[in-house]
Amino acid sequence: MKPPAFDYSRPETLEEAVGLLAELSSGGKVLAGGQSLLPILSMRLAAPEHLVDINRIAELDTISAGPDGVRLGALARHAAVERDPAVRSTQPLIPAALRQVAHPTIRNRGTTLGSIVHADPSGEMPAVLALLGGSVTAVSARGRRTISAAEFFLGPLESALGPDEIAVEAYFPALAVRSGTAFAEVSRRHGDYAVCGVAALVSVDQERRITSARAGYLSIASTPLVLDLTEAVLGRRCADDLSAAGRLARQLVEPDADIHASADYRRDLAGVLSDRVITEAARAAAGSGPGD
Amino acid sequence: MTEQLHEVGLTVNGAAYQAEVPARRLLSDFLRHDLRLTGTHVGCEHGVCGACTVLVDGVPMRSCLLLAVSVQGQHVTTVEGLAAPDGTLSAVQRAFQECHGLQCGFCTAGFLTTITAGLRQNPEPTIEQAREMIGGNLCRCTGYQNIVAAVLRAAEIGGGDAGGE
Amino acid sequence: MQVGSSYLGEPIARVEDPRLLTGGGRYLDDLGQDAVELAVLRSPHAHARILDIDVSGAIDVPGLLAIYTYDDLSGPLAEPLPLLIPHPSISAGRTQYVLAKDEVNYVGEAIAVVVAENRYLAEDAAERIEVSYELLPPVVGLVAAREAQQLVHRDVEGNVAAHFVQQVGDAAAAIAAAPHRLSLELSVERSASTPLEGRGVLARWDTDSQRLRVWTSTQTATGVRAAIAARLGLDLGSVEVITPDVGGGFGVKIVHPWPEEVLVPMAARALGRAVKFTEDRREHFISSAHERAQLHEVEVGFDDEGHLLGLSVRFWHDNGAYLPYGLIVPIITSTQLLGPYKPAAYRVEFESLYTNTVIVTPYRGAGRPQGVFAMERTMDAIAAELGIDRAEVRARNFIQPEEMPYDHGLIFQDGRPLVYDSGDFPATLDKLKALVGWDEWPAYQAQARASGRKVGLGLACYVEGTGVGPYEGGHVQIETTGKVKVSTGLTSQGQGHQTAFAQIVADELGVAISDIEVVTGDTRRFPYAVGTFASRAAVMSGSAIALAARAARAKILRVAADALEAAAEDLEIVDGMVRVKGAPGNEIALGTVAVLSNPLRYAFDEASKAATQFAVGDPDLPPVAEDDEPGLEGKDYYSPLRSTFANGMHAVIVETDPDTAEVAILRYCVVHDCGTLINPRIVEGQIHGGVAQGVAGALYERMAYDESGQLQNASFMDFLMPYVSEVPERIEIDHLETRSPLNPLGIKGAGEAGVIPGAAVFASAISDAEGFQITAMPISPSELFELRRQHAANAAQKGTQP
Repeated sequence: MKPPAFDYSRPETLEEAVGLLAELSSGGKVLAGGQSLLPILSMRLAAPEHLVDINRIAELDTISAGPDGVRLGALARHAAVERDPAVRSTQPLIPAALRQVAHPTIRNRGTTLGSIVHADPSGEMPAVLALLGGSVTAVSARGRRTISAAEFFLGPLESALGPDEIAVEAYFPALAVRSGTAFAEVSRRHGDYAVCGVAALVSVDQERRITSARAGYLSIASTPLVLDLTEAVLGRRCADDLSAAGRLARQLVEPDADIHASADYRRDLAGVLSDRVITEAARAAAGSGPGD
Repeated sequence: MTEQLHEVGLTVNGAAYQAEVPARRLLSDFLRHDLRLTGTHVGCEHGVCGACTVLVDGVPMRSCLLLAVSVQGQHVTTVEGLAAPDGTLSAVQRAFQECHGLQCGFCTAGFLTTITAGLRQNPEPTIEQAREMIGGNLCRCTGYQNIVAAVLRAAEIGGGDAGGE
Repeated sequence: MQVGSSYLGEPIARVEDPRLLTGGGRYLDDLGQDAVELAVLRSPHAHARILDIDVSGAIDVPGLLAIYTYDDLSGPLAEPLPLLIPHPSISAGRTQYVLAKDEVNYVGEAIAVVVAENRYLAEDAAERIEVSYELLPPVVGLVAAREAQQLVHRDVEGNVAAHFVQQVGDAAAAIAAAPHRLSLELSVERSASTPLEGRGVLARWDTDSQRLRVWTSTQTATGVRAAIAARLGLDLGSVEVITPDVGGGFGVKIVHPWPEEVLVPMAARALGRAVKFTEDRREHFISSAHERAQLHEVEVGFDDEGHLLGLSVRFWHDNGAYLPYGLIVPIITSTQLLGPYKPAAYRVEFESLYTNTVIVTPYRGAGRPQGVFAMERTMDAIAAELGIDRAEVRARNFIQPEEMPYDHGLIFQDGRPLVYDSGDFPATLDKLKALVGWDEWPAYQAQARASGRKVGLGLACYVEGTGVGPYEGGHVQIETTGKVKVSTGLTSQGQGHQTAFAQIVADELGVAISDIEVVTGDTRRFPYAVGTFASRAAVMSGSAIALAARAARAKILRVAADALEAAAEDLEIVDGMVRVKGAPGNEIALGTVAVLSNPLRYAFDEASKAATQFAVGDPDLPPVAEDDEPGLEGKDYYSPLRSTFANGMHAVIVETDPDTAEVAILRYCVVHDCGTLINPRIVEGQIHGGVAQGVAGALYERMAYDESGQLQNASFMDFLMPYVSEVPERIEIDHLETRSPLNPLGIKGAGEAGVIPGAAVFASAISDAEGFQITAMPISPSELFELRRQHAANAAQKGTQP
């Protein structure tokens, strides 16, 4: 279990890195945290010609949180993002989901943007980005572009990122007033990929009645799945019975079976967890903004 | 075609090393076979078991998920660097012996490094926090109960000084 | 003999630890930094004919030293590997070749090996070897094996490796005549030992002396030595096998020789270089060994009180593609299934079947977890059928302490009668009931149910034959420094043998632990041994070392008696000094006794002058008496008549989530009887680890083969070895010490105990929580969810029937 040979560069600037990738056409692969890439290389499931190690590019090591949202540079490690107080107050769903990303030691090195680019449908952060309607900004010799989450995830481990592009920033919208979020997942062992995970974003009006309820699912479809469950709970309050959300989710999801779970179990979990997170997010929304 | 070698300079347990390695050389192999610091063990080489955990600039990381070339300029602490220079065991090491926190000893280095860093961050963990601290390391021998006890015992005898650099 | 004993029974800290805690351990891959490395090309197919192997693409890989395929082998190397434990009921024993010859029978079977300057380059070359295959239909799983629509080995009809029957009395007639009868179908899936360190072997060939030195991560150094000598055509005396620190075994490393244990020495001799193989994690999953998969059909007849009148068990054992370890696992199931009970009549029949999957050899517990699962599920079913308390049904069937030794009338795995030597099962059960609060349970459960919680209490009992023969030996030598060197041939994989054996010697010789060094698993130090398995190390080597130490002690006293001009009976050894009881000052150091025991012509230091020819000895007698020998040492062997039987009972309280069907462990209680405890701390550590593996086998671990024979979870990502978050926070343990009458220290084995009742006790608890019987283990939340739906549907259907 040793990686195959590859060429390697350790550029100091983004410009240099982008130039390298352009030269390499499709043979280049970006190395950031490497917590997903290294196992793939060691198992020889991939054999890139050339790794472009971006860990030296200081300009990518950024975390910023402002009124419009959270922006994470390509070298923002999960652990640093998770601990950042501004991130937490701007968009609490980010640290809530990050706590479920593998184990702390992996989070010390792995990057949040890297796990989004990895586009694993079992990953927490792709689902969060998709639910919040965030985006990924990519840079290449051809220029800079921003790809919405809806267009970013194309399939299992497949993103819209071109082989010459470096994802430089992930953008997560801030939590709006009278909105709340929650995250829950069931995994076989603590720290494993989830059998099913659900993130929720709920908004309420001034009477604390639900105006919008959306949920993002991981390990349920081939890409992060976002469902609008508003119709099931519209006008209700957090103390009401919100189990219609779960019932609707059960109708809408079409999960697959694998060695850890049957399709029906996954579907049921999607319902159970939808109920839990919609209720929790509604409670957070009700307690968050200026109400009556 | 012979593989290209890359310069890497890093500090391990306080000693500076300069070497030329192929890009694909894993940090775990570099430590074990190039520097012959064989106390760091490799249990899975896909980042799940935690046996190979070392401290990079004081932060626990899987050495099997890092390329040696990628830790250029950084400070690495391995299990060999945990005891005092005169050989006195660190609080974590002593607690492991007192609490019978190891059997075959193969996974132990990864636990020791992880706990050393964990206690620096949280010198007085509760039992739940102690369990969380070691939550990403696999042990097949002990059933973990005595390792959790060792975390708590190390906190008690270490008085906040978990040892290491 | 134990007067003045100060170490035996004490929970002292392990002497191994300071070394292991500072990175000073020496595991296989830590050795041989100068060695070149071997990688193995393994079959990607479960069943295929090899048409061609083309190595030409690999030849120009830099650093390549050699490639070997079957065609490069000759003589004994080209023959199938040995069937280690032959048995008369094996009708078709098949073992694999060191490298596949014409056909592969499981994903992972070795086809070619590459030796290169390092492992990276060896893998580069292995990847470039092209093999063309003709695919054959694979046989995966016991049902397919039993149906035998396809065959694993063309010439093995029905895929049956062996068929075996044992009986006492007429079980069929007893069941037919019984007032109550039940039939159960019970299954257990595959799991595996999965030590954190995989297999590994390093060999150096010394061209000058034409000798081979091999280090291997094994549970039997002497077994590997004999096998290598036979395969490579070397005299035993030309082969040395050394066991370095071993990163866990749990059974899998008793198998020998692995293909690599033969190929590495072969390459070392051919290349004149040190050669090393370090197995990686994926290889360990697909090319070492698994265990556990069995299907059982139980028929039981019982009276109104729940007494077992007749018990008949048929089961099918999945032995994988080959049968290197014989029938040990299913024989253990077939005999140890009986546990602490005494059915009036018993019949057991099994078939051991080939499948196109990894070989099956003992994994900690070795067939007992399945047998206990079958028996204990049966006990719970009887209790449910009669409406009797589950503990009470068990108690009514216990063998009583006054019935010991108890002869079951069967033959055990060691070919000897199944006779229990000791145990007090009623007392063990009483302790467990008190520990877990058995009598208060119904009230607690009712209260929990009233608040919508699903909680369940499970109980399981087992008896474990430990310390099987044929023998082990021990050697104890007192050096002139007063230090004591102890060796035994069996190996250590983390059980703390160096500490436990030192405790025994310290007591026997009256020396400090720190003055004792114990070496295990090194054929240079002790060439006669069997190995570490079947919870036998403490029983076998512990006893042998005690006997050897007693022999050394006798000589110490004899020599010291001469020197002190006292009678040997009047002497005692305290803190390394031999002294005359009640006469302070009249003493001699052990080191000096060692000097005197070896008459010298040449002094080598100040102290040794005392033993030179003008200093000691009666000039009228030979310096070494006719019946004596020089030196201060003792050597002895322990070879018991038969196994000694440990026992225990576990209880677990679980809570199952009504929504997600996740299982949480609220309490885990163990009562354990392994006779005399040498070191309670070490024994408890063994129990903790065993229980964790029991939890694993009940709730997490399985080998997920797909229909084509691909192992879908051959990594730590998908093979769910528990982290701390999956095991109980605290295991509550109580001990009972009924001494074994079979050995000098009264010891019974403790290594495997913790894991044995795992599947049974969790099935019992989950059944109690859910209200329906669990019949297949392990069980995942997804499976529990599906069972709930199935039982709800059945109940609904019953409800609608008129």
